[in-house]
Amino acid sequence: MKVFRADLHIHTVLSPCGDLEMSPRNIVEEAARKKLDLIGITDHNSTRQAEVVRQLAHQRGIAVLTGAEVTTREEVHCLAFLPDEERRLLFQHFLDEQLPVIPNSEGRFGYQALVDASDNILELEERLLITGLRAGIGEVEQEVHRLGGLFIPAHIDRSVNSIFSQLGFIPPGLHFEALEITRFVSEESARQRFGIAEAVTLTASSDAHYPQDIGAACSLFYMHDLSFAEIRLALLGRDGRKVMPQPKENR
Amino acid sequence: MKVSDLVKEFQLTVFSGESGLDREVEGGYVSDLLSDVMGFSRENQVWITLQTHQNVVAIASLKDLAAVILVKGFRPEERMLEHSNNEGIPVLGTSLSTFEIAGKLYRLLCPEEILPPAV
Repeated sequence: MKVFRADLHIHTVLSPCGDLEMSPRNIVEEAARKKLDLIGITDHNSTRQAEVVRQLAHQRGIAVLTGAEVTTREEVHCLAFLPDEERRLLFQHFLDEQLPVIPNSEGRFGYQALVDASDNILELEERLLITGLRAGIGEVEQEVHRLGGLFIPAHIDRSVNSIFSQLGFIPPGLHFEALEITRFVSEESARQRFGIAEAVTLTASSDAHYPQDIGAACSLFYMHDLSFAEIRLALLGRDGRKVMPQPKENR
Repeated sequence: MKVSDLVKEFQLTVFSGESGLDREVEGGYVSDLLSDVMGFSRENQVWITLQTHQNVVAIASLKDLAAVILVKGFRPEERMLEHSNNEGIPVLGTSLSTFEIAGKLYRLLCPEEILPPAV
């Protein structure tokens, strides 16, 4: 069993609120500097920037989970990760169908730039990505799992856009591999405050919108390797694998 | 005033929870944040919202609310219908916006609070 440092919640320039410095190249550089072994690329309602980050990071020996931070109809933010490129594209198709067409106002929300490995802008996403999908949280969760993906309700301790702030409590029947906490709360207090059993895995991540925030919170994954299957087993706490959130490590 | 009186007065659609149409109505609460409703609504209030999630009925039941009114033509999700029928909490619908239906409900329930037109 090995230990891997992971920050599974990082935005890029594609997110309107993501800093223009959050190019794939800069993200990979910063992740290497912070000695992360695994990062998650999670732009709002889009997976389009994730694959180029994965390719770049691969050259540096860093693994990438490609996915998105989905805003459900109830405006709950949830991380979704797909097991491979084929299914990432299928999930992207789902997002495209479910995203209401509201033009982005760059002056108000920021740029939504899709860039290549050398920071060249390929296109600007015209639809506002930070709005809620037409699909509710249950539908999103089922689609992610139908595609063999991972579903992690994000920053559950935040007072907006968290499963508790929007829905009051976790709906029965909702399946998730873990719940995410921010760097502003300890694991203990999060479990106590929301009544989360020890059997449920908590991940801690940075939700970085600026390079310096990458790795500001991370999780230690105890598992054999960085494959998607191992990551899933670690999140589920199976066969001796586990995940230990480190929410306040780098404060 | 009963829930059934509101249905008649505002021509509301009754989606589910018919067994609760006799519930007494003592006020209203307007919010789309379920955690807010959980914290601040009071029993026998009618909850006006655009949320169609199953948790809406769970919270309405927990807080002993009289009924839920979905605005702007929104329809309840399948699980919401089931919960509503099981709990006997009516889920109603209107094509009006939150502002309009809340205004009408306020006028009906609190007529003494409405000032007469200025002369």
